[in-house]
Amino acid sequence: MLKRVHFPSSPLPYLLVAPQIIVTLVFFMWPASQALYQSLLIEDAFGLSSEFVWFENFAALLDDEQYLSTFGRTAVFSSLVAFLSMSVALILAGFADRVVKGATMYRTLLIWPYAVAPVLAGALWVFMFNPTLGIFPYFLEMVGIKWNHYLNGRQAMGLVIGAAAWKQVAYNFLFYLAAMQSIPRSIIEAAAIDGAGPVKRFLTQTLPLISPTTFFLIVINVVYAFFETFGIIHVVTQGGPANATTILVYKVFNDGFVGLDLGGSAAQSVILMVIVIVMTVVQFRYVEKKVEY
Amino acid sequence: MAEIKLENLTKSYGDVEVLHHIEGDIKDGEFVVIVGPSGCGKSTLLRMVAGLEIVTSGEISINGAVVNDLEPADRDIAMVFQNYALYPHMTVRENMAYGLKIRKIPKDEINRRVNEVADILEIRDYLDRRPRQLSGGQRQRVAMGRAIVREPSVFLFDEPLSNLDAKLRVQMRLEIRKLQRRLGVTSIYVTHDQVEAMTLGDRLMVLNGGYVEQFGTPIELYERPATLFVAGFIGSPSMNFIPADIANGTVTLVNGVQLKTAVKSSRHVNLGIRPEHLTLDDAGVIKVKVDMLEQLGANTLIHGILQGATTPIVASLDGIQTAEIGSVLNFSVAPEILHLFDAETDKRI
Repeated sequence: MLKRVHFPSSPLPYLLVAPQIIVTLVFFMWPASQALYQSLLIEDAFGLSSEFVWFENFAALLDDEQYLSTFGRTAVFSSLVAFLSMSVALILAGFADRVVKGATMYRTLLIWPYAVAPVLAGALWVFMFNPTLGIFPYFLEMVGIKWNHYLNGRQAMGLVIGAAAWKQVAYNFLFYLAAMQSIPRSIIEAAAIDGAGPVKRFLTQTLPLISPTTFFLIVINVVYAFFETFGIIHVVTQGGPANATTILVYKVFNDGFVGLDLGGSAAQSVILMVIVIVMTVVQFRYVEKKVEY
Repeated sequence: MAEIKLENLTKSYGDVEVLHHIEGDIKDGEFVVIVGPSGCGKSTLLRMVAGLEIVTSGEISINGAVVNDLEPADRDIAMVFQNYALYPHMTVRENMAYGLKIRKIPKDEINRRVNEVADILEIRDYLDRRPRQLSGGQRQRVAMGRAIVREPSVFLFDEPLSNLDAKLRVQMRLEIRKLQRRLGVTSIYVTHDQVEAMTLGDRLMVLNGGYVEQFGTPIELYERPATLFVAGFIGSPSMNFIPADIANGTVTLVNGVQLKTAVKSSRHVNLGIRPEHLTLDDAGVIKVKVDMLEQLGANTLIHGILQGATTPIVASLDGIQTAEIGSVLNFSVAPEILHLFDAETDKRI
């Protein structure tokens, strides 16, 4: 009770954290609890009545072959998006870290994609890869690849992964560059004197020293791929062809707002929420221990 | 083992020249200290020798071979940094073995060398710790160890002791000196601390504003400083300077007092007198009005103003002395230890 004496209670601390708490309550806790409740209901197609069914929605989902295959697809999609965008960003940041002249311009240009809304980013890629009008299918045809992501599921998946990864490169680049620039120059110089060439220095010094950033970005990128890529998928493929690009979050939307299965959609979103919570906890618990130095 | 030769070395950043025509030969096994105030270019000079800064013009040669365009790795040097630059994600052992591993030295040879150096530096007990688990002094030792284990032909030290506390600094200073003697490796050591420079160096290169003011043994620098700057920089407390004129073998101080000198020419000068060369003497002509006393036990510093002028004077007397504040003390100084510097060029006469 010593603290009471030193810090007389005042409403100020509560006021200071109130905005954050209110935003979390209104925009996260409330919808989340609504989703939880709704996932236990089945509503009729006209929205006139609903019935409390306990876990029937979940049971139906786990029996649904299509839903289960979405998991695998999401895993492939997220890991590829995270891997692609992070490795490209890492390489670019590695270069940018060495640039002295025109560094600001190079950096600014690389950061631009982050300012593009997901839907616009998707639209750009749709135009570039349009099978009849796009510039890339034209080039691809020259090397004998027939591009039509409206028909070819693999190509469609490749396209949304590319678009989603491209969009995130700028963000990862910023963090990687900041991390690299916070490494004391003398450490890199010491390694150079010790005989390590640029590639060796990057692998044995830079990479281990930015591993906390890598860990942080893995969490952020996976969450990004899980949720925020909705806009890109919606514009580029609408989850098609034949559900080839329907990831979990897109299926939530599709089943809920197109299929009007509100209960099933809510159940999916609850599962998605649990997955992300578990994933984040696991990552922080077990992975972060390995990146300490 | 190596000789280092600096020839007409300059360094510019854009249009700004920061090092001007540096010349110097460093003999095999010699310990050379580059000393100067901050911003004088001493670290830049060291980094040029290391290969971390590009040479604008001139030549650096190690063992007769010009190394200007060699990568740091190919110069056969090792460097100890001010912040130690230990690899934070590696253990002490890995830190020391890093350079050896890259040079593809066999594993048992690496182990043997690391253990041997760890014994010399008494860091054997924390070979498996990470740098952040070590104290400042221990990190310093590891940084030294990492340099020694490579068995380079040149050691470069960039203010390695400046992050240690005073007591540890004195201790490490002695250890570095002993170690260098024992290994006999040519070394260049950069510091801004003149005591460190005097105690460590076989020879000192005094840099000021990018120019070499003087390059000589500590005693040469103390006894015959080439310029006013060196005279003021070397020695503690620093030398007193009194504006004066010389004519016909007589120095006339700013307050009219006259002293004899062997110098015959006549011109404006600054007369330099080391505080420890002033002796209390009732017949002495240098009269100083006492401002403040600093009793340090072994000696006493008397701060005052030259009578009849505004020039501050410090005298260092042996033992514990007392004097009234405001009283006037008479000092004399032997004529052969007067230092005369031309008032225009600041060069020794």
